[in-house]
Amino acid sequence: MLPEQLKDHPGAAALEAAFPLAITGGHAEHGEPTLFISPGTIVEVCRYLKDQRKFVRLSAITAVDWHPADPRFEVVYLLHSLDEGSRLRLKCWVPESDCEIDSVTGVWRAANWYEREVFDLFGIRFRNHPDLRRILMPTDWVGHPLRKDYPVHGYKYSYQSDMDPTCES
Amino acid sequence: MRELTLNTDTITAVEAEHSVTAPPETSSRRMTLNMGPQHPSTHGVLRVVLELDGETIVLAVPDIGFLHTGIEKECEVKTWQQAVTLTDRVDYLSNLSNNLVYALTVEKLIGDIEIPPRAQWTRVMMAELQRLNSHLVWLGTHALDIGAMTVFFYCFREREDILRIFEMFSGQRMMTSYIRIGGLALEPPRGWQQAVSKFITAFPSNVDEYEELLDNNPIWKRRTQGVGFAPLEDLLDLGVTGPMIRAAGLKWDIRKDEPYSSYEQFDFDIASRTENDVYARYRVRLEEMRQSARIIKQAVEGMPEGAWQANAPKIVLPDREKMKTQMEALIYHFKIVTEGFRVPAGEAYQVVESPRGEIGYYIVSDGTAKPYRVFMRTPSFGNLQALPALLEGRLLADSIASLGSMDFVLGDVDR
Repeated sequence: MLPEQLKDHPGAAALEAAFPLAITGGHAEHGEPTLFISPGTIVEVCRYLKDQRKFVRLSAITAVDWHPADPRFEVVYLLHSLDEGSRLRLKCWVPESDCEIDSVTGVWRAANWYEREVFDLFGIRFRNHPDLRRILMPTDWVGHPLRKDYPVHGYKYSYQSDMDPTCES
Repeated sequence: MRELTLNTDTITAVEAEHSVTAPPETSSRRMTLNMGPQHPSTHGVLRVVLELDGETIVLAVPDIGFLHTGIEKECEVKTWQQAVTLTDRVDYLSNLSNNLVYALTVEKLIGDIEIPPRAQWTRVMMAELQRLNSHLVWLGTHALDIGAMTVFFYCFREREDILRIFEMFSGQRMMTSYIRIGGLALEPPRGWQQAVSKFITAFPSNVDEYEELLDNNPIWKRRTQGVGFAPLEDLLDLGVTGPMIRAAGLKWDIRKDEPYSSYEQFDFDIASRTENDVYARYRVRLEEMRQSARIIKQAVEGMPEGAWQANAPKIVLPDREKMKTQMEALIYHFKIVTEGFRVPAGEAYQVVESPRGEIGYYIVSDGTAKPYRVFMRTPSFGNLQALPALLEGRLLADSIASLGSMDFVLGDVDR
């Protein structure tokens, strides 16, 4: 259901009318409308927003890791409508146990690299993505660096044992 | 140590990588060519795998990530103010735009912080000088790639003047970190007006000089006109922003559409063209240099008086004099330096028009003294995705001109 703050937002209200079950919440913090979408409907919602509400631009897709919460990941879609000059943020919760969501590459081609980046750095898989492989990290890299349980210096080096040979790593 | 298991994702990724580089069919005319990662015209470390049929490019697959330094991850272990220095390193040609968008996003999250007009105007002026700097480097190197060598020397002559101005303001030529959360890093130095107005008075005639050098050069025109075309709809769908989209006929500039940092008080026009080729992108950037010069001139002439930092003692470091004489100031100083300041929990997305297009930071705070997540939507990443659309089906010889006209910075792509 639509939160009180977003009742007057034209895009959000129209989306609510078209897909009554898709919106699970939202807010307008700092004047930026944000909608929580149930993950199963993300492609239809994006298709509707692009075709009917003129959100022709996908600014970016990214993710936030809320480790150790469950569901763990938030996939964030930053949309922009040039005609109305308005921006909209969509969010989907993705649990770690089923770390997958449908790809929106069929709606905006720009999603291709952004989804690859999220896959590379967070390990979230995108169903029906045409070319889902690592983009920034080397192809044989192990692990997903932007996850909160991934150490900042990586797994490769243990500085403690380098400095003190008697120390067991 | 953590136990590591090799996941199957990486294995399929390796296989996918090989299937891209192998030619889809064996034909004597077909060949695969690796352009980069050390090709001089890629201006950084970009690899493009080109599938050629004779001289025509059939398939172009950009391979990025060679400059990935994990800046977004690094931000999560810095305090809010420390992370400013990392934003410089994202795009070394538009570091002030990166400083600015980071500061604006964090200020949005903080909420009750008011940036004084003098700081806002100085931010605008510095960002526009940065735009000139970036466009000058682009014009010089792009012309050099296509074979017009002289322009490079002219452009770098003016760029040197801009770098001197940056040094005068911040003590640094390239990694300025001049725009901080709550205002500026330092008070504008004595005599800056003379230095900037001397430069900006001479600059428009320099732009005429570049224009004359290139537009009277028939080779330049033949190599750029009608080259690197892609339909506007495709460019929008692929996430292209900035001068490239303006050269395709869309009059869209974030400085006008979603003004920030008092841009609404400045008088300037959006440069745009409709030809949508390499030449149009050159004309758009040339016109943007003229418009930036206009903005800087207005900023020098109308610079407001007053504070250059916000009145927010918990966020902005106190004046040195006050720190030594007032106990509160000393306490705030100690707190800010040792543990940093806290930013209320929440999230914000702020966009800025960088020399390359839409640069947006999406920052999430969990209420602590360090950012929880900093996502940088960099214009080069978005623009580079359209590279296959510009190259495929065209001649190999035109690829350098098309590639150069996109004006990407690989540090900005890989972060």
